[in-house]
Parts: sequence; C-alpha cells; structure tokens
Amino acid sequence: LSSPFSQSLRLVAPIGNRSTRGIHQLGGAVDPESSQKKRRTMLQYLSDHFYDVEFLRGYFLQNKMDKVHQKNRFRDKEWIRPDKYGHFSQEFWNFSEVPVEAVDASDCAINYEGLENLHLLKELQSLSLQRCPHMDDWCLSRLYPLADSLQELSLAGCPRISERGLACLHHLQNLRRLDISNLPSVSNPGLTQILVEEMLPNCKVVGVNLAEGLKLGPEEQPQDTDRPIPA
Amino acid sequence: MLPRVLSLGVRRGPLTRRPGTLRGGFSLDWEEKLSEIKKKIQSVLPGTSLHPLYDSSHLPPDHSDVVIVGGGVLGLSVAYWLKKLEKQRGALRVLVVERDLTYSQASSALSLGGIHQQFSLPENIHLSLFSASFLRNINEHLAVVDAPPLDLQFNPLGYLWLASEKDAAAMENNVKVQRQEGAKVCLMSPDQLRNKFPWINTEGVALASYGMEDEGWFDPWCLLQGLRRKVQSMGVLFCQGEVTRESELVKMDNSVEYQPVECALVINAAGAWSAQIAALAGIGKGPPDTLQGTKLPVEPRKRYVYVWHCPQGPGLESPLVADTSGTYFRREGLGSNYLGGRSPTEEEEPDPENLEVDHDFFQDKVWPHLAQRVPAFETLKVQNAWAGYYDYNTFDQNGVVGPHPLVVNMFFATGFSGHGLQQAPGVGRAVAEMILEGRFQTINLDSFLFSRFYLGEKIQEDNII
Repeated sequence: LSSPFSQSLRLVAPIGNRSTRGIHQLGGAVDPESSQKKRRTMLQYLSDHFYDVEFLRGYFLQNKMDKVHQKNRFRDKEWIRPDKYGHFSQEFWNFSEVPVEAVDASDCAINYEGLENLHLLKELQSLSLQRCPHMDDWCLSRLYPLADSLQELSLAGCPRISERGLACLHHLQNLRRLDISNLPSVSNPGLTQILVEEMLPNCKVVGVNLAEGLKLGPEEQPQDTDRPIPA
Repeated sequence: MLPRVLSLGVRRGPLTRRPGTLRGGFSLDWEEKLSEIKKKIQSVLPGTSLHPLYDSSHLPPDHSDVVIVGGGVLGLSVAYWLKKLEKQRGALRVLVVERDLTYSQASSALSLGGIHQQFSLPENIHLSLFSASFLRNINEHLAVVDAPPLDLQFNPLGYLWLASEKDAAAMENNVKVQRQEGAKVCLMSPDQLRNKFPWINTEGVALASYGMEDEGWFDPWCLLQGLRRKVQSMGVLFCQGEVTRESELVKMDNSVEYQPVECALVINAAGAWSAQIAALAGIGKGPPDTLQGTKLPVEPRKRYVYVWHCPQGPGLESPLVADTSGTYFRREGLGSNYLGGRSPTEEEEPDPENLEVDHDFFQDKVWPHLAQRVPAFETLKVQNAWAGYYDYNTFDQNGVVGPHPLVVNMFFATGFSGHGLQQAPGVGRAVAEMILEGRFQTINLDSFLFSRFYLGEKIQEDNII
C-alpha cells in the first residue's frame, strides 16, 4: 500500500546540537576525533593534578551522555505527547493511521535504544541513517525485524560502523540498495564491499570506489604488543 | 650520685640514642623503639603505611578493606562494582593482587571472547543479558577523562547451536525459557538452515537455535585493559604478588619480600588456581562429608584453540556455530580465517601442567567433525594455535559466587568453566551487592552459593562448550 501523502517522516536534530560542546571536547566517547589531538592542553594538565577538575570533567561527560539517552527515551510509550513548549507539531496526529514508508534520520542522535521505535514500522521501505554519530555495530544488529519490507538502506558517513556490523545486514534479504560510503571505521572498504555483495546477492551495494584499496591506506594503528595472543 | 645522673639522662625518652648505637649498630631495643615510633605516627596519620627507613612504594599497603586475589576480568569487575556502588567516595580501600601482570596464562586474555544468552538456567541468561548491555555501553561505564574510548571490536553475529534428534526437545524447552527471560533467540528447522547458510551440511541436525541480538564475540584483552584503566582511576590499588599464607592476615610474596596485609574481606577470583587460595584459608580441611571438609571443586582444565585458513569457507555472515559433537568455530576478520576447537571428553582430558598445544588433537578429534558439518573445511590449513585454562567446576560447571558459610570473610567469584568472561560484569555486580548490602539485589544468585557443594544440589547447565 503506498501512502497517498507520500511524505517521509523526518526526524531532524535541532541545529544548536553541534555548537554545544562541553569543556574542550571531553574524552573521546562522544566525539572520537578530538581525542587524537596530541597537544597537551592546560586542561589536561589540571586534570592530571587535581581530582576536582577530573571529577568535573567526568561529570560534564556524563551529562552529555545522559542527554543522548534523554533523546532516545520514548521507546516504551505508545503515544509521543508534545511537552508544554509544543515541540511536536499537531499535524502529526492526522497521520497516525498511515503506514510509514520512509524514514530519514540523517544527522540524528539516534542510538541502540532509540532504534526500538522503528520496529513498529512494519511497512518501512527506505531508511536513511547517514552521518548518525551514535550508530554502531550493536545498532545494526537491531535492524533485522525490518527484513520483510526494507528495500533501501543508507549508512553513509557513520563514524562508528565497522565491517562486523555490516555482516549482520544479511538478515535483510529484501534489500535492493545499500549505501556504505565514507565509513571511516571499516578497515578495508574494498574487500568489505566485495564480501557484502557476496552476502546480499540481490542488492546493489554502492559507495566504495574499488580502486581505493590500491592507494596507500591510512597509517596503521599502534600495535598493542603486550597481549599474549596477537590480534 | 654521678651514675644516677647518667642513668637518668639515658632514660629520657624513646628518641634518645643509646651509647651502643652511636656508631650505627642496631641493638634489639632499636626494633622495639622503631615500632613504637611507627605506632605513634600511624595514630596521628591513620591510613598511611609509613616505613620511615626504607622505600615501600612497590609493596602493597599494610591495611586494606577488601583484597581481591586475581586480577583477571572477574577480579577487576568486582573491584569496579565495589568502587561504583560504595556509599561514599573512598569508603573502601580495595587491593587487587595479581601474580602475573603480563596475563600470559590468564583465562581472560586467552579466551575466544564469545557472549551468548542461550543457557538453560534463567540466572545465567540474566547475567549474560546484563553483560551484553554493559558491553554495549562500555564507553559510559568505563569512561576515563582524557583516555581514548574503548573499541571492543564486537561482532554481533550471534551463536548458532545445532541439536541432534535426541537433544531437540531439550533445546526447544531451553529456547522457551530464554525467550521468557528476554533473550532474542529463534528456532530454525534444517530447511531454514540450508536456506540461510548454504554452506552447512544439515545431516544429523534436527533443530537449531540462533541468537539474533546481544550475542556475538569481542576482544577480551580490550575489556581487561579498559577495566584496569578505569579501576585504577577509581583508586583501586594494584599489587604484583602471590598470596602465600593466610591466618588472619594475607601475606604476599614479591621476590623474597613478604608483606602482610590486614584485610576485612578476601575475594577469591583466582580462576583456574582458586582451589589453592581456598585451601590457604582452610576450606576443605576437615573430615570428609562435613561442611568443613568440602573442598572448592574448581580445577584447571586445558582447552585448545586453533586458527586456520580456508579460502572457500563460510562467508562474512557466519555466526559462531556450535555443532552437535561439541565442535565450535567462528570466522575471524575479513581474510577467511577461522577460530575453533572442541572440548575433549573426560577420558581425553589433557594434562593441565603447561599450556603446550597438541596438534594431533586437531587432526584426530576436531577436523573430522568440522569437515562433516561444513564440507568446505575439508581443505584447510592451520595457521596458529594456543591453549588456555578453564576454571572448571567439576561439580556442575557453573560458577561459585558469594561468601563461604564458615569462613565468612572469603567470597568466591570463580569456577565459571568457560563462560566467565561473558558473565563477568553481572557477577562483579552481584558480589559487590552482597558485600555492600548483604544480599543479591538485581540478579538472584542464591543457587550459586558455596553451600550447594555440601548439600549436593547441582545446578546443571546444558549448553557448555
């Protein structure tokens, strides 16, 4: 059944999200790129020497994580009620009977708990999760209930998805188009694309330029030499 | 009169130097005076271990509230939860004693790193579910300011257990229990299996159970290092040493130095060597068939893991397959490498004296079953192999958790027989709750207490590989 309205439900994160950073980008958990800066800031020096500073930074980090959880909290409620500031517009209610066909959750702070909301959408055909910062391998293992209807999936630009998560997309046998471009955590994009194509024979897998594997790859991660078993 | 004046002068106070000590020689009284000085200093500055004469920073402290014997994943998990759940910051002083900080023989480091919820006991299922959610949010639980986030390299592909005709009914029952407790498991018939995984030979398979979510495998070394880092940042003290003698004190051995540590509680998380630690506390020394005479039935058992390369093997989507014969394997990485092994039967048990690998075991006992189940494995090449210990509970292959009924200040967190890693976060929290609250609050592990060895109540777990 196609919806007569043919609008896709857009879950858009507020614009102010990117500018609200904690004290100098705390830790790597919420923002992985910043932790790789080798510059020793005054703040790191203070943290090393004073327990108060360390505690405060940990406290702000915890607050940031709690905010992400807060955004994903509606998983057990049947009705999402707008609060007194009216963050959800009233037209939403008119469409409650209409099956949702496409969800565009690009740039959204959706995480593992939030994806549970998508399980109810039995007729979902197209899902776009581009550039979601909290999508990781655990989240991809939660997409299997959509196997009957999902035809198009886009994971472009998600920083935490690796080839291990892509392997659990094998449940989605009706998938016709899969976009896995720009996944920085995938170790070997060319080989991954070939293996995913083998895994999903009816699907067109786009996004990886197979000539990329022939260029010099990014510098190797430092090997952890103390472990008894080599990785 | 003169001698009396002299003697008065000499007896002035403890800090006076006697004539015999002027040249630096020690008399017997010097030791006594020194201990008096130490006691005075300690009463002024309580909690410090002060040795004014020599540097003792490499030794463990004199007092500690809790001593955790064993710095593997279970010991560190208990330390983490103790610090996390303590009522006031810094209320408990926790000391972790680890004999080998390189973890060269530790079961945690040599483990395959699998986690699954397909158990027959509800408590095991809950422990595994909790551990999965702990690992999922590991960067919130184990966040240390300024340290890079942990990458567990979790692979969410799940476990596939195959059952023959005679085990099919038991498997169906187990799956019902698992679903009730909240695990996401589905049952598959041989036809569905062939459809989904065309590389399986379903001869002899009546039923299969496949875990859909929260199951898979990860990197145990990363978890270990992450726990260590976090636990050190929370203020837990580490010591490299071995626990040798115990009366009321725990004495430790660093080269030839001994350091007695006074403590209120000892947690036995020594894995394969837990029985020795229990024996030090006097557990098992008594007439047989009494509570004093019941030993801790945990012993080390050697298990092999082999790594092989097979270019035509199962694809990227293959889960960890556990065969009807007890053989298991999983894929590793993008390059057609596979890890696997098999638990030997009682008669074939290898000698746990050392960690040497027996390659004939693979040829004779593992490869035939692999080739029978996955025909592509008829041509494979073994690249690597290693061996590790299971802390095998000979009684019922399930863990021992909680205090000993007689030696009330020894707690156990050991004996998990191959599934300790995947239950470590849950067990750590349970032990911490027992210590701090006096009872298990979130997951009820009363059936895992030590007293079941004396009472003879086995809680048998079926799905052990």
